[in-house]
Parts: sequence; structure tokens; C-alpha cells
Amino acid sequence: MNASAEIQQAATGIKLSAIGLFVGFITGLPRLFFPLLAVLFGAGRSDKGVFFMPFIIAGVIGLSLIFRWIAWTRFRYFIEDEDIRIESGLISRNARSIPYDRIQDVSIEQKPLARMFRLAEVKFETGSGTGDEGTLSYVAVEEAERLRELVRAHKAGTAEHNALQVTADMAETPPIYTMDTRRVLTLGFYSFSLIIFAVLGGAAQQFDFLMPFDIYDVGAWLGVAKNNGDVLNGIGWSARILAGLSALLALIALGFATGIIRTFLRENGFRLDVTPKGFRRRRGLLTLTDTVMPVHRVQAATIQTGPIRKLRGWYALKFVSLAADSGTKQGEDSDHAAAPLATMEEIARILSAAKIDRASSELVFARGQSAWWIIQFVLVTIIILSAMLVLILAANAGWKAALLLLLLAFAATAFYFQWRNNRYALDTDQIFVRSGWWQERLTIAPQIKIQSAEVQQGPLARRRGLASLQLGIAGGTLEIIALPVAMARQIQTQIIAVVAKVDYSQISGK
Amino acid sequence: MTAQTNRLANITPLAHITIMSEIIIDPAPTMALNDDLTPLDPRHITVTRISSAIFMAIFVIGAGVLEVAQIISRGAFIIPVALLALYYAWVVPARKYARWGYAVGADRLRVVRGYLFYSDTIVPFGRIQHIDVEQGPLQRPYGLATLQVHTAGNHNSTVSLPGLAHADALAMREAIRAHIRQAAL
Repeated sequence: MNASAEIQQAATGIKLSAIGLFVGFITGLPRLFFPLLAVLFGAGRSDKGVFFMPFIIAGVIGLSLIFRWIAWTRFRYFIEDEDIRIESGLISRNARSIPYDRIQDVSIEQKPLARMFRLAEVKFETGSGTGDEGTLSYVAVEEAERLRELVRAHKAGTAEHNALQVTADMAETPPIYTMDTRRVLTLGFYSFSLIIFAVLGGAAQQFDFLMPFDIYDVGAWLGVAKNNGDVLNGIGWSARILAGLSALLALIALGFATGIIRTFLRENGFRLDVTPKGFRRRRGLLTLTDTVMPVHRVQAATIQTGPIRKLRGWYALKFVSLAADSGTKQGEDSDHAAAPLATMEEIARILSAAKIDRASSELVFARGQSAWWIIQFVLVTIIILSAMLVLILAANAGWKAALLLLLLAFAATAFYFQWRNNRYALDTDQIFVRSGWWQERLTIAPQIKIQSAEVQQGPLARRRGLASLQLGIAGGTLEIIALPVAMARQIQTQIIAVVAKVDYSQISGK
Repeated sequence: MTAQTNRLANITPLAHITIMSEIIIDPAPTMALNDDLTPLDPRHITVTRISSAIFMAIFVIGAGVLEVAQIISRGAFIIPVALLALYYAWVVPARKYARWGYAVGADRLRVVRGYLFYSDTIVPFGRIQHIDVEQGPLQRPYGLATLQVHTAGNHNSTVSLPGLAHADALAMREAIRAHIRQAAL
């Protein structure tokens, strides 16, 4: 950017990319589907409606384009000394100021179409939770990189407008962790998922007017089942078992295929670098994402594994932080994936770069009090037994009641493994909590990052002198359960003493 | 460099961590309520009684409608509901009040509460993001207020301390604000 352009920019602001207007228009087309359908359905009722249909479609699409164009002409962003300003709005003008200090993260996302035109969507995340704090869709990739570096430079305290200098900063270094195709494939196998059925179910609900019969009509279903049943009755038992088995195999294959495809879409080319600005992560097959997580914003780390992955020595590492990970939907676990499938050596390397220590072999872990789970099991048993009693006495359904015993056995197993896997430990500056009955997770949090500490006691736990300790972390939760109340208080006091003695005015410049 | 190799040497898979045997502690009947806690303003009982009464009135009215409709035998519904409402609106607020307590330390705020479910929360001043003093419509005639401190944590992002004299709440807010420094997240 030369000097005259800089001056002009300060006065009138920067517009978004004009090509981006069309990219946004095309990617927004599916959203027009339902309004269009509604209009067409209305028009189809009158005789002349069919004649007007092409005009209506053209009109709706044209209107959408016009609105987008007006919005585009009214959209400006300004790069100021203290903040980034975004002005937008057709009728009501909106001027937003995002101070550099408050920007938690700048994420750059490239969806397939945008990628073809070398465009990117830039999001300024301030961690206020709503997620739509400041989005620029779309700007040129180079501009996106420049904006991010600008924010980073401001946050580092050295305002630096020179783009060349900044690019040199980002020079490629060997990554700290990568996933090759084989690794992504392995992860895909572990991501076995039957979510496709949920999606199909949702779609069936959306498009049920296209179905040959009402899917909620039980009679129609019975008819279908009866017809198929007649066919089934015509073939022998062995053929039936074979058909059942092949259906099961098809289901399993579908589950694996879904897992592999989803994993490839998200994790392909996964690469984690340690840059002077923090961890830089790039991944994605069609939608490329590129996010930077400053090291000091890591609030805690979670190491996760499942029963089969553990046997093969695979673990996943996630960081807890205020900034939501890009690509995660609302309500989903927003932890920042640092290594989806890694060996313990790789995880140790990333952790030490994140200034978090692995549990050393001298560290003594304590187990939760078994009474905690016994109380829960007794409660579940009482509920299940009374349900059985009702079934036997009122409904006279003995075998259904017996099925409930399976549920009880399941609960017993789950509680047993929860107790077995539960561990906690404290060293001078970190907290370690291990939990989970099927998936094991070990959370490591620096004590200094704890926001608040609460000792909780329910009415039953209180009788046994048990308590849980809830620790507030920015962007996550951490709880130590099944503690003797005296121990809970001791840990609470110890952690608060560590947090309270820090003079935050000294480290706020970070 | 040596620090790094040390760390790598200390890697322990999740399974092979030392386990301490369970700590056996006599089951203490209650969480010890420490001596240094300040109780809430006694007028808080009255305010809670009024708000509980308003809440329970909905159920009593509902039961009254059923009574008039004479679906079940006379008094079978309204009497237990009314008794429960009386207990909840008269007895529970006093018991809850007895459990409330707070302490403002040099560097932390402690809030203890709970009748069935006890909790004891400590928030270091340095971790407080912002503070609210709220006065509800029922609190206003009695000159009471609620102090709310907000932290960045997902758990306990808001810690509320109701039943403070309005002037006390304002004074506490000023005292805490003086301690707040911008913390790096």
C-alpha cells in the first residue's frame, strides 16, 4: 500500500472485495430456496401462475442481488490507531469499534468458492460469546493476512504497518505437529459415526411433502411393513439371517465412511506451527481454516483418548480458551483442537511449547471417594426398582421389567469405570483432573488461570462428608468431584492463595 | 534445552500414574460455617417471603380452581398445596437466610449459601471483570440491593450476593473496584 492510498483509506475507509459480492451472492443462493418455494407454491394455485413463474424466480434472485449490492456499497472498514471500525447498514447505520486490545483472535476462513477467487472471510473474535463481533466477507487473501498481522502487531505493542516486514515474520518454520493422509485416515476410522441417519431424518422432516405417503401415518408404515413382511415370509430363515447380517454390515460400512469423509473434510493437511505470535493451525480440505492462538491465552489443556485409541497409543490434545474455535457450531464443545490424533511424545512437545507441564512421574494422584458413586448408584437403583415394580404390578409386563435390569447393570458398569478413572492431583502451580468412564480425559490447568473456586455439597453427599470443587476457567469448566469436604476446602484455599497474590497490573501488558 | 529433554523423560501415559489410597475422613455433618462470615440484612427474610408467597400464590390459585371445579373430593388438593405454600413462603426463607453469609477479604470475596445444596464460592478481586449493583422492585421499599460480580470463567461467571443494604452494596462495589486491575486472559 503506497502513501496516497493510505491517506485515502483513512478518510473513506476500505470496501470489501467486489468479486466477494458475487461469491456471497452465489453461496447465499441456497438460503433463497425456501422463500422461493413459498412464492412459487402461492403462484401455482392460480391458473396464470405457471406463466409468471420464471419472472418470479428472476425477480426474487434479482432483488437479493440488489440488496447485497446496496449493502456492499454501504459497507466500509477503517483501520485506526486504536481500533478497527466497521460501518454498515442500509437504513439504520451501524458503526462498530473493535479495540485491538479486545480482539482475542483473528480467524481467516476460505470456503471453496471464495478460494477459487483468492478471497477469504476475516473474523475478529472478541470472546464476548455472541460470535458475530466483526466479520469481513470477503476480502483478498493478502488483505486478510495483512489485517491479521496488523492486529497481532498492535497487540504486541509495536504498531507496524509495513506488510513486507510482517510477512517475513510469518516465514515458514518446521511445524511442531502435522497429520499426513495416513494419520487422517486413522482418525477417520476412530470417528465412526451414524450421524448420517440424524441428517437423513432431519431432511425427511423438511421434505416430507415430497414423500409418497405421510411418514407419521402409522397405518401406512404398517402397510409397507406388511408388504415387505409377506416377501420376507416367502424366503427361508437362513436367507433372513443373511439379509439381516448384510444390512448390519452395510450400516457399519456407512458409519465408517461418514467418519472418514467428515474427518478428511475437516482435518486434511492439519498443520500446527509455533510462531512468535502463538500456535498457528491450518487444516481443511474444501474449507481451509487458518487460526492463531497466542500462548498466553491458553487457559488449560485437555488430553483425551478412547479405549481402542489408548491401546494403540493415540491421544487428542485440546486447548481451552475464551476464543471459540472456528468451524465449531453453537453449543458444540468450543475447545481449540491442537492435535486430533497424536502420540504422547508429540503431545508433550506441544504442551511444553504451550508452557504447560505434563504430570511428572513423581506427582501423586489421589482417587475420588467411592461413596460418591455408591450414592448415585443407590439412587439409580431405587428409581429403576420402583419402575420395575410399577411394570410388574400395574402393567403385568414381567419381561419388560427384566430388561430394566440390563439398564441397572449398565449403570453399575458406568459408575464403576467413572470411579476407577477418576483422579486428581495438584503440584505447586498446576491442577490435574482425570475423568470419564468410556473416553478418558486428563485436564491440566495452571492454577494461576483459575477465575473462581466453589465448594459444593448436595444433601446426600453432605451426609457422607463429601463435596465437589468447581473451578471457573475462561472458556471451560473444571470440576474435582468426590472429595472429602476438608480436602475440597484445602484445595480451594491453596488455589485462591496462588491466584490472589498475583499483581495483575504487572502482567496485563502481555 | 535440558528443560525440554527433562519434560520428555517425564512423560507418563494416563494409565501409569501413582495412586494414593483413599483418604479416610470422618463424615462431617455439615460444611463448617466459619465465624468470620457476615450475615445478610435481616430484612432480606421479608423480601424473600414476599417473593416466595407471590410464586406460591400461583399454585394455590390453581388448586383453588380445581377445588371449585370439584374434580376430586373436597379439600384433598387445596389443603396440602396450601400447607406446602405456607412452609415454602414462611419457613424456608428464614432457613435459607441462616445459611447465607459473605466475607470481603483484602483480596477476595467469599459467598456461602444453600439450604439443601451448600456452596462456598471464593472469587479473587483480581479475577472480577465487572460489578453490578441491582435493586429489584421488591428490594427497593426495603432499601436492599443485590451485588453481582462477573468473572471470565464459564462456571460461576456471575456470583450474586442478595440482601445487602443498598449503601453497603455500593460501598462494597467501590471497595472491590479499587482492587480490579486488568488481567491478561
